[in-house]
Amino acid sequence: MLEIKLAFKNLLGAGLRTWLNVIVLSIAFVIILFYNGMLDGWNEQARRDTCEWEIGSGEIRHPLFDPYDPYCYQDAHKAIDADLQKLINAGEITPILVTQASIYPQGRMQNIVLKGISPDQKLLKLPSDKLNGGDGDIKAIIGHRMANASNLKIGDRLMVRWRDVQGAFDAKEIVIADIFRSNVPAIDAAQIWVSIDVLQEICVMPNEATYFVVNDEYLKTHREALAPNGWKFASKELLLKDLNDVIKSKKASSGIMYGLLLAIALLAIFDTQVLSIFRRQKEIGTYIALGMTRFKVVRIFTFEGTAHSILAILLGSIYGTPVLSYFVRAGIPMPSSVDQTGLAISASIYPVFSLGLIVSSILLVVISAMIVSYIPTRKITKLNPTDAIKGKIL
Amino acid sequence: MKYIKFLLIFLLAINSETYAKYPDAAGIIKKIDENMFSTNRVFESVMTINGKRSSRSIVSRTYSVGDEKSFTEYLSPASEKGTKMLKLDNQLWIYSPGTDRIIQISGHLLRQSVMGSDLSYEDMMEERKLTDIYDAKVIGEEEISNRKCWVMELTAKVEDVAYFSQKLWVDQESYVPIREDLFGKSGKLLKRATLENIKKIQGRWFPMKFTYKDMLKEGNGTVFEMTDVKFDQKIPAYIFSKASLKK
Repeated sequence: MLEIKLAFKNLLGAGLRTWLNVIVLSIAFVIILFYNGMLDGWNEQARRDTCEWEIGSGEIRHPLFDPYDPYCYQDAHKAIDADLQKLINAGEITPILVTQASIYPQGRMQNIVLKGISPDQKLLKLPSDKLNGGDGDIKAIIGHRMANASNLKIGDRLMVRWRDVQGAFDAKEIVIADIFRSNVPAIDAAQIWVSIDVLQEICVMPNEATYFVVNDEYLKTHREALAPNGWKFASKELLLKDLNDVIKSKKASSGIMYGLLLAIALLAIFDTQVLSIFRRQKEIGTYIALGMTRFKVVRIFTFEGTAHSILAILLGSIYGTPVLSYFVRAGIPMPSSVDQTGLAISASIYPVFSLGLIVSSILLVVISAMIVSYIPTRKITKLNPTDAIKGKIL
Repeated sequence: MKYIKFLLIFLLAINSETYAKYPDAAGIIKKIDENMFSTNRVFESVMTINGKRSSRSIVSRTYSVGDEKSFTEYLSPASEKGTKMLKLDNQLWIYSPGTDRIIQISGHLLRQSVMGSDLSYEDMMEERKLTDIYDAKVIGEEEISNRKCWVMELTAKVEDVAYFSQKLWVDQESYVPIREDLFGKSGKLLKRATLENIKKIQGRWFPMKFTYKDMLKEGNGTVFEMTDVKFDQKIPAYIFSKASLKK
């Protein structure tokens, strides 16, 4: 208790020097929270959007299907058997058929991926119900990225050319029934969605699919064997691996930035401690002469340095709470160019400050401050009290 | 009943008369194949790509054996000089001197146009005899560019065919198609080829100028003009190897 009292008394007595250290450290603390909260918010939003729009709770894929390899689309499809059909009827999985095609917006040719999905599916957020009807026209839905890239609007008619399973060319006009706005570029850029029945018919692939999106119910009921015979299963974690890797790399790069800021603040504490021990040699000698153990003196000085971090956290909380709360409510606007990066980023990222993040940030600041405060105090253990009282340099 | 019988006999008579006045369609497409296909050929050509604002010409030399093997080397302009293309069965490779790399063209890339022309790599790979893939019938007679032509309708008899049907205007004298309209299964006109400047070379009639037009795309099409054609040549086997791409 004596150490705490002495530490705070000495700290507050140091005046501006203490407050400068505290302010710099509090800025580092708030920035650590801000960056990590932003990345956690992005991670949460991207995972949620990717699951809701693209992957559900996982995918059952044709063994040859690789979404990043358009060369495989030609062969990566096969018939939906009775067991899979039962799961489709139960709403546990939804089939998707993928093929390559070309479109001719404003008379120029553009290569796209044509995807077929059931208009009645409820598993993904895609507005597939808009694919119903059409009176002989092929109805299609596209994302806003595709609409912007090809200058398309709802109601526009567009010529699409494709090859059927035997390689025969054909072309027909499609009508843009809806343009959806999604944060997931993987279902949007250079893609057109039509009814799976239509795609099966025009490609002469009756009742065939390239992959299925599954829901949580499927995972529960098929825990033992997630991949049906002749298909392979891609788990949610596997499908989100790329996203996790990006977030991890972003955390590492942002860590460098706030690490530098933290290092500056800690260096200031370190300097303060060195100066403090040098200037207070007589005080240290008196403490020891009066019977205080060297270890206790080290504790007083270490705590004094660590107390900077406690004050910094308190100060950071005073101004950081309203600032960070504002960003939680209003979001952090992202530049429009991030839309083109291929990553699932919304127009605004809403940071998430979990208890774990706050506690780990506090521990990081306090422990690192404690370490840099302790290092200069080690000299005290070698101090001769008589020399110290005489003011001889350590 | 009597009237129906009469009507049937009448229609049958008209039909048989229609077919009687035209030559055998199978014979015509056989003659077309004899003109257009050879064991091998070597030719130099100028491909003129007519864009919206300007046109550009690319000179190339091609060696081909049937519909399985083909090797093309681009000779000019300077930007394309040295680019080579090798086709073996259904595989296609391109060598670009700028990058000094050989790239296999497949999947999406096969649908890209060749150097901005109206021809895709897929189109260049589709070279099969009409008699192998189409059933033909003569549906009329028309005059195109002052030449009398048989108008023919070709419908695919095999499933793995790029264009389900074709309409041909075949020159009655040379048995070379002067115009080809290529249709999809739905009946949509997809491409049009116009063949001109028919010359007799080594005993066969051959068009020296082809104009291809992707009917879904804007523009004036691509003109492919042969400057020198030789049939049934001795082509060294090494030409059709990947090693020759980098030579």
